[in-house]
Amino acid sequence: MGADTIDKVLMTGNEAMAEAGIRAGCRAYFGYPITPQNELLEYMSAHMPQAGGAFIQAESEIAAINMCYGASAAGVRTMTSSSSPGISLKMEGISYIAGADLPCVIVNVVRGGPGLGNIAPAQGDYFQATKGGGHGDYRMIVLGPSTIPEATEHVMLAFELADKYRGPVMILADGMLGQMMEPVVLPKPVDPATLPAKPWALTGAKGREPNIVTSFYLDPEELNMMDVKRESRYRQIEEQEVRYEEHETADATVVIAAYGSVARIARTVVKMARGEGIKLGLLRPISLWPFPYAPLRAIADRVDAILTVEMNAGQMVEDVRLAVAERAQTPFYGVLGGLVPTPKDILREVKRYAG
Amino acid sequence: MPVSTENMVKVFERPNSLNESQFSYCPGCHHGVVTRIVAQTIDELEIRERTVLVAPVGCSVSMYQWFRCDGTQASHGRACAVATGLKRVNPNLIVFTYQGDGDLAAIGTAESIHAANRGENITVIFINNQIYGMTGGQMAPTTLLGQWATSCPDGREGSLAGYPLRFAEMVAQLEAPVYVTRQSVYDQKRIMATTRAIMKAFRYQVEGKGYALVEVLTNCPTNWKMGPVEANRRLADEVVKTFPLGDLVDRGQSG
Amino acid sequence: MDNTFIFAGFGGQGVILAGKLLAQAGTEYGLHVTWLPSYGPEMRGGTANCTIVLSDEPIGSPVVDTPTGLIAMNLPSLDRFEKAVAGSGTIVVNSSLVARQVEREDVRALALPLNDIAASLGNPRAANMVALGALVKATGAVPLETVQRAVTTMLGHKASSELIEVNKRALAAGYEAV
Repeated sequence: MGADTIDKVLMTGNEAMAEAGIRAGCRAYFGYPITPQNELLEYMSAHMPQAGGAFIQAESEIAAINMCYGASAAGVRTMTSSSSPGISLKMEGISYIAGADLPCVIVNVVRGGPGLGNIAPAQGDYFQATKGGGHGDYRMIVLGPSTIPEATEHVMLAFELADKYRGPVMILADGMLGQMMEPVVLPKPVDPATLPAKPWALTGAKGREPNIVTSFYLDPEELNMMDVKRESRYRQIEEQEVRYEEHETADATVVIAAYGSVARIARTVVKMARGEGIKLGLLRPISLWPFPYAPLRAIADRVDAILTVEMNAGQMVEDVRLAVAERAQTPFYGVLGGLVPTPKDILREVKRYAG
Repeated sequence: MPVSTENMVKVFERPNSLNESQFSYCPGCHHGVVTRIVAQTIDELEIRERTVLVAPVGCSVSMYQWFRCDGTQASHGRACAVATGLKRVNPNLIVFTYQGDGDLAAIGTAESIHAANRGENITVIFINNQIYGMTGGQMAPTTLLGQWATSCPDGREGSLAGYPLRFAEMVAQLEAPVYVTRQSVYDQKRIMATTRAIMKAFRYQVEGKGYALVEVLTNCPTNWKMGPVEANRRLADEVVKTFPLGDLVDRGQSG
Repeated sequence: MDNTFIFAGFGGQGVILAGKLLAQAGTEYGLHVTWLPSYGPEMRGGTANCTIVLSDEPIGSPVVDTPTGLIAMNLPSLDRFEKAVAGSGTIVVNSSLVARQVEREDVRALALPLNDIAASLGNPRAANMVALGALVKATGAVPLETVQRAVTTMLGHKASSELIEVNKRALAAGYEAV
């Protein structure tokens, strides 16, 4: 029907994120099977070799993230993916990657937890992703896509940000986004040869002094210097890389704050609520770190309540409350265990604070 | 009477692959011997400009500071995974890891075994001194039965703490490795043999033949609480009974 | 205008595939589409199901409280989802396996012997396609030809041309049975 249909491909989120990775110029993927992200690994196993890149089904998530460390140190765009328990295993490696200033894209298709939990969608890894996760003073850019087309854009963006700021970037998806299907227009492929050179990469000390990739600085003064330098980069990220979306907030009296899959469900709730005369809006943080504190604060001054909805026991709500302080009510509605809230569930909750 | 150097020929010098800095190893430790052999080998094969070394966590953690080649430092036990990533995306690099017994054969067992099992075209230098050096003398997976360590004060008891892990023998069971050997450096003859083994391991990588492991039995005078001479004697008389020397696999000779 | 569908049945009755096929057809028809496998509160209870949303606008929630169309391939599926269907929605029931009638009077109920129709075409496993053919006729969600073309898109690289033809015929049979 429409002219754009030719370019649209119906894909699962997992497959789309894998294909987007290859199109972003990623030429090294290492992973380990875990539901609900398996399709990403499987897609890479078939397509990464075709693109001339390296694929290994590693012996563990720990091995996979450390293979990423090596491949990234060699100067190649590198990616891994997993789901919650596997991401926990990767956390040490992510800290090393941050400490060694290496770019790397990590996809977390979050599932129910803690422990083995289950394989259903959840958002219980928000703290882990945005507040540290691994050891030491480091930060990680975290993007929370809401739809599959957005997830593919985020993968492209994640590689750019990882290279620009030389650090790990996480796509915080969930089992719903990974498993569901939606038509996507795939981004134009990036030729890795056209990417900016990485003069720091380990390519052999030919005609130059040796390059060293390390996070080890025994001398406290020296480590302090490295940490402070990285901190200034983090401040720059906080200034330049905050991303969010406002939907119907101009006249709203109640605003939902939600990210990822929940945010797209909330979009439907906004439509339903407005059909009933409730002035509901949505603020959707897209970058979860850096978090959009300022936009939330601005909205808080003109609404009665900001209702945070998450598929967890209340994690992002802490950032919302930090932003809003006492400017508005900041109730929370969460579902646990891998359950997904339906539009009706959320609307019922909205009505408690509207009018 | 002062000795004139006028007619002398320099027969021994610092390998070109090493810079001017000093090793941080303890006096009498064999690490320095093996690290030097590696540098010599890189010189002889003329591969310095395409070599990347992967330092472990342990006594050689800052090894990259001594070499004039590119280097990185892996998290504890994961050197073989890091080396895998480097080599897979740039097969032209010569990639080696240099790991102790705790790093390679305890915390990193999975990464070490699976890199070998995939036949990654890398060289693994495994320093087996039967103890944790850097952390101050705790039990290693390779600690001999009855051997004292700070975390087995009554000596290693097999039924409680397991038995000395023969890593080279484990790797030798796999199909992929091209060269697996155990050597030592407690006397000149052994140093020469280790030099030949490390040369072979690197040469196989240069020739694209695949994975090689050189396990080297070494001392740790500091944590064994022994003088270097006594420590060497212990290696020769006692340690080799648990860890026999020699080649276990050599599939690189033909073709 | 949103068409929201739930396809439900026993594992092996092909509801997941039928849902994917409708999603593919919707994509080829230029619609916004989401296809969601059995996640959400309804995943508990032993039926396989998926939710498909087709819309001419960008889709918010892929999770649906009140579907406008339901395919119930077995009794547990009808029991579970009948009440959820939107008023004046459509329910396709597999009367080959479901003895009872649809109780709702405010919906369009189509009780069709899906297994028998499929068997008469030579492939009892194509009952899911018969159901889908009936549903697209009843709802007008996408044209039959688009769904048939989507069979080739989805299965062309792995299924025999014979199997593809059987599926297309089953879609047509369902379409004509309404």
